[in-house]
Amino acid sequence: MSDYVLSVAVFVGIWVTLALSLNILTGFAGQVSLGHAAFFGIGAYTSAILTANYGQSFWTGFALAILITGMTGAVLGLPSLRVRHDFLVLVTMGVNFVVVALFKYVDFFGGAMGIVNIPAPSLFGHTFRGGAPYLILVWVYALATLGVSWYLSKTWTGMAFNTVRLDEDAAAAVGVSVPRFKIYAFAISAALAGGAGSLYAHFIGSVFPDTFVFLESIAILSMVIFGGVGTLRGPIVGAIILKAAPEMLRFVQDYRFTLYGALLVLMMLFQPMGLLGDDSWLWTKLQRLFRKGS
Amino acid sequence: MSWMQNLSNAMVLAAIYILMASGLTMVYGVLKVLHIAHAAVYTVGAFAGVLIYTWVGNFWLALFLAMVISGLLGIVIYRGTYFYMLDSPRTVPLIASIGLYVMITDLLQKDFLMGPYQRAFPAQGAGLPRIETRFFTLTPKQVLILLVAVALMALLYVVLTKTRIGLGWRGAAQDREMAASVGVNLNRVISLNFFLGSALAGAAGVLVGVYNNSVFATMGDVVSYKAFIIIVLGGMGSLPGAVLASIILAVAENFLVATVGYVLPRDAIAFLVLIVFLMYRPHGLLGKE
Repeated sequence: MSDYVLSVAVFVGIWVTLALSLNILTGFAGQVSLGHAAFFGIGAYTSAILTANYGQSFWTGFALAILITGMTGAVLGLPSLRVRHDFLVLVTMGVNFVVVALFKYVDFFGGAMGIVNIPAPSLFGHTFRGGAPYLILVWVYALATLGVSWYLSKTWTGMAFNTVRLDEDAAAAVGVSVPRFKIYAFAISAALAGGAGSLYAHFIGSVFPDTFVFLESIAILSMVIFGGVGTLRGPIVGAIILKAAPEMLRFVQDYRFTLYGALLVLMMLFQPMGLLGDDSWLWTKLQRLFRKGS
Repeated sequence: MSWMQNLSNAMVLAAIYILMASGLTMVYGVLKVLHIAHAAVYTVGAFAGVLIYTWVGNFWLALFLAMVISGLLGIVIYRGTYFYMLDSPRTVPLIASIGLYVMITDLLQKDFLMGPYQRAFPAQGAGLPRIETRFFTLTPKQVLILLVAVALMALLYVVLTKTRIGLGWRGAAQDREMAASVGVNLNRVISLNFFLGSALAGAAGVLVGVYNNSVFATMGDVVSYKAFIIIVLGGMGSLPGAVLASIILAVAENFLVATVGYVLPRDAIAFLVLIVFLMYRPHGLLGKE
């Protein structure tokens, strides 16, 4: 594989992880978030600062990025206990702005110049910057995220998320602690996104505030919605198509956000459940095809 | 700067916020949709205004036509998207709205429209006088903004309270189905709602363009987020609440920036105020429930 294809594959892997992690919050627990890029950024900055400024290894940075972002997610999830629906959407948007502003204006985070010279990870004395090993690392993490999502969807926690999404009052009435599971969803979703941020930081070697802005949150949300929110296949396919297409086609790159926007509108008009969501046109066709084949 | 001067500057800012937020509030009141694409309408209004002004050189004509164009864009947005989503879950129109906003803003940045650079909007104060008193000074541009905003809000007040269409509109805001069942033509009422709300946003775009002497594709970003802060503070869908919240935010911003402005940029402060405030009052200043 050429370097170019390799790096596209790494990016796709990172964004598949981001889409899957947002899916836990939005798809499973039903809390629409317009601030997921903030968690992505917190993970990237945690790892970047620990390794570049404090001489820690990649593995420490990676683990702490997951941990710290998860804890931040739990704290930033607290507003969801007080406010619902549209109010919450606006709060997550606000959180994204405040986080990016902190990255930009606080010297500890490197200001507008960001953080550079982030070291590459090493294992058994062997350093790998990019290349096939890094690709494997990224996709192992993406698979782990998929595993967590799958596991969650099978457990009692997953069922609790479902009730919180469908009807909070009914959930409370049958004994599901709505606050607890909302915070769970925020924490798990944020932690997974934090790991993706760490992988991103060590792949690029530098982080800048502008990578983690509101528009990126929208891009991640587009991937989840486009693929099919609440399913496992949806966010994966959505992230692969929406992340890889702009890299492959020059024209698409220039009109990337026009395309994202138009896709969101068209999806909402004709297939609100997404390309591969339950009961969507394509998924129904595919299922029928396979049933015939077997 | 004296505090009177600070206050009069804050009022100018509040006038812009009111124009922007009243349109959003009207849409939210009837449709319960977070109309994020409103910001795109604002930018389109400013762009139309600067183009027409450069062609004909008459500011008032440019303002009027920009408002008409923004209003029509609002109707197109409603009839093209939200109209089909009235009975869907609330996230559906929300996401469509985000999509519209991202799409229009991105298209505007292309070379065949505005391009990625700023344009000057040298209308000055449209020939209005400068007002100087012992306590504060208003530049011609500030006079222009206050004048247009007050005139438009007065007009809106008359339409909402004294006309049949306004009555239907208030009915629809209270209960859409009930209003329809007593003979309110919902489609006409909502379309007009979008037309007027979007025209106000277009006017706000033109005024901000003139005030800063610059119009650019992403100028909607910050103002629209502020407008959301305002409608949330005002309690989603309450017009008096939105006006009150506009004034409070503008005053708070002007005085906070003067005192703690070095810690965080203005807009981050505004969002921080919003988040803290919502924790205290989850349904806004004058919100129901």
